[in-house]
Amino acid sequence: MSQPHHIILPEGSIEKTTTTLNLGPTHPATHGVFQNILELDGERIVSAEQTVGYIHRAFEKIAEHRNLYQITTLTDRLNYCSGPLNNMGWHLTCEKLLQVQTPKRVDYLRIIIMELARISDHLICNSIVGVDSGAFTGFLYVMQYRELIYEIYDEICGSRITTNIGRIGGFERDFNDIAFTKIQKFLDEYPAVLQEFENLFTRNRIFVDRLVGAGPISAERALNYGFTGPNLRAAGVDYDVRVVSPYSSYEEFDFTVPIGSTGDCYDRFLVRNQEMWQSLSIIKQAMNKLADLKGKDATMFHADVPEYYLPEKQDVYTKMEQMIWHFKIIYGEINMPKGEVYHSIEAANGELGYYLISDGGRSPYRLHFRRPCFIYYQAFEELVKGGLLSDAVIVMSSLNLIAGEMDA
Amino acid sequence: MRPVKYNVHVKPLENDISMAEMPEGHQGEGFFATQLSSVIGLARKNSLWPLPFATSCCGIEFMATMASTYDFGRFGSERVGFSPRQCDLLMVMGTIAKKMGPVLKQVYIQMAEPRWVMAVGACASSGGIFDTYSVLQGIDQIIPVDVYVSGCPPRPESIIDGLLNIQDLVGKESLRRRNSNEYKALLESYGIQ
Amino acid sequence: MLEHNQHIQQKISEKFGEAVYNFEESYNTLHFEADKDINLKILNFLKSEESLQFNFLTDLCGIHYPDNKGKELAVVYNLHNIAKNIRIRFKVYTDITLPEVYTATSIYATANWLERETFDFYGIIFVGHPNLKRIMNVEEMDYFPLRKEYPLEDQSRTDKDDEMFGRQIMQRPMIN
Repeated sequence: MSQPHHIILPEGSIEKTTTTLNLGPTHPATHGVFQNILELDGERIVSAEQTVGYIHRAFEKIAEHRNLYQITTLTDRLNYCSGPLNNMGWHLTCEKLLQVQTPKRVDYLRIIIMELARISDHLICNSIVGVDSGAFTGFLYVMQYRELIYEIYDEICGSRITTNIGRIGGFERDFNDIAFTKIQKFLDEYPAVLQEFENLFTRNRIFVDRLVGAGPISAERALNYGFTGPNLRAAGVDYDVRVVSPYSSYEEFDFTVPIGSTGDCYDRFLVRNQEMWQSLSIIKQAMNKLADLKGKDATMFHADVPEYYLPEKQDVYTKMEQMIWHFKIIYGEINMPKGEVYHSIEAANGELGYYLISDGGRSPYRLHFRRPCFIYYQAFEELVKGGLLSDAVIVMSSLNLIAGEMDA
Repeated sequence: MRPVKYNVHVKPLENDISMAEMPEGHQGEGFFATQLSSVIGLARKNSLWPLPFATSCCGIEFMATMASTYDFGRFGSERVGFSPRQCDLLMVMGTIAKKMGPVLKQVYIQMAEPRWVMAVGACASSGGIFDTYSVLQGIDQIIPVDVYVSGCPPRPESIIDGLLNIQDLVGKESLRRRNSNEYKALLESYGIQ
Repeated sequence: MLEHNQHIQQKISEKFGEAVYNFEESYNTLHFEADKDINLKILNFLKSEESLQFNFLTDLCGIHYPDNKGKELAVVYNLHNIAKNIRIRFKVYTDITLPEVYTATSIYATANWLERETFDFYGIIFVGHPNLKRIMNVEEMDYFPLRKEYPLEDQSRTDKDDEMFGRQIMQRPMIN
């Protein structure tokens, strides 16, 4: 039997006038695994210290041991609320390194998928903001429409969350008619849902009171902290990677970049809602553009990159050359070109960058992920300092902190 | 081309209220006699309180399971609690890194007996694709697991299937199991007394 | 070389002379290398100079080149001029026996955690960092996992056949 030991109080704790509160890593309000140690004076937050790394999975080390196409599976586990976005970002990075030109149809299909992913991500984030401020209805209501997006993924690639959509150079197969029917169904049904969601929240007195003024940040500080995406735009900087360095033919699309002014939770909420409307419009435009494609453009769903694009399965069994390529790709016997490339896309949380260094080997020499979430979570202390404890919870959910992306 | 179908199969309910099946026993007018264990099993299995220990992707799939379309609550697990003291089913969903391991073990220890553990997804079951220096290679290295659910992440249907399996275990569990020497030895092997 | 990249190169060369070298342009991005002692001066110059204005630190990470004797570890800064949308990248190298680089936290708040991550992965010590401790891994870890000599795989597993899976085994004793 061990001797009962008395509680030892740290020095100075008797005279201490503040309370230490541990929020996380398994706290119901954290929605993901990260820890915040808050120092409270009554209900005011005096200081906060964040700890991350609770699901560090060593993506960067794994990537040094995998071929390019195998890394795709890692990327959709980064921000698992919008897996396809990360997949596309990775394919675009590889294509930049390999200097592959993708056909127009691939670009448009990618845009459809990316915008759907953006909608599903923003949807979760905003409805979770609702849950944290005490409105569970919005969450339950929109979740059934997120299922529609997942059904579209399911139709395209056979998976719901960890999608692994696409290949370097395009898609593994063309979208079938059912996929298009489902996208159309989503486009028809979703605006009414989003409208209803906005009606529930945007002018709701309780909701507005909870969010306005919670966790504000100035544009200058936000830039200094490396904010990107909706959180930066809420602070009033119209920086959107889709606009400043367009990829995947985004330059052909007509959309506005919604911005806020104060950078508080309410602005972040509004910016995300507006972005969902913009995404819907982009998907519609992409559908029209797809319908306008003629001739060869209308059917090509991948670029011609035999070194990286897996051949059709039936050809692998019947044709010599295809079989050789298949083996070379699967066994990873292809040396990629030497070079260093940084490519970024506008992911749901901001600028998702891939910094890829190749030494001419079969797997990257070094791959670094610029995870927007990891970078802006640093500012948490500054956002909540002086605010109330209940604000801290809302700030956390409105920043859209995804532990998988944070820890990589 | 196969016909387009959405998630809108409207299946008429057989009864307005679905009842759990009666355990075996003797009954006559005004009485019903059965084993205490089967009554307790019946009550426990249809009112499991899950504690979602969601860390990553599988947690998002659990969200879908819990929400309107799949509705986890249909199986008697409507009350998702976040306090280990109140819950009896620990659902571990997602990668558990070595840094997280002690936290998970602490949560498990805080739960009151009887408690069950479900490892949802490849990472929780075996480390999954992350055979790396920082990831725990399956939670069964630190706590005992009752049901494993495969998938990366499992679809909501699989998670529900896992729950049904847990219910099966719970319903049939002997009342003395938690006091048996085997069970004590099992916990001892994990360093939990 | 693109016009704006030429301008940047000219500006930097004027200011720092021989201490900045290996200018190169690939995929339209200018990158160069510099002595590690002047990394802060370069960052400051790039941020404050009127015609450069690199006010956004996009990314910071470490790299390990074990064969590059005396310059084994590198720190890479990815900078972005958001207004004009120009990106540049520069590297500083350091010796693995004395991996010390000045911290950029005072110039960009972004650098704080990124430097902690780099310290965690590669053991690069950022001199002057306010809170330099491990961020991803447990405090007790006694090696820097992303250095090339350390294996990726979890060493406790016995069920995977090493020959079949091509697993690496930790050869060296774990020494800091």
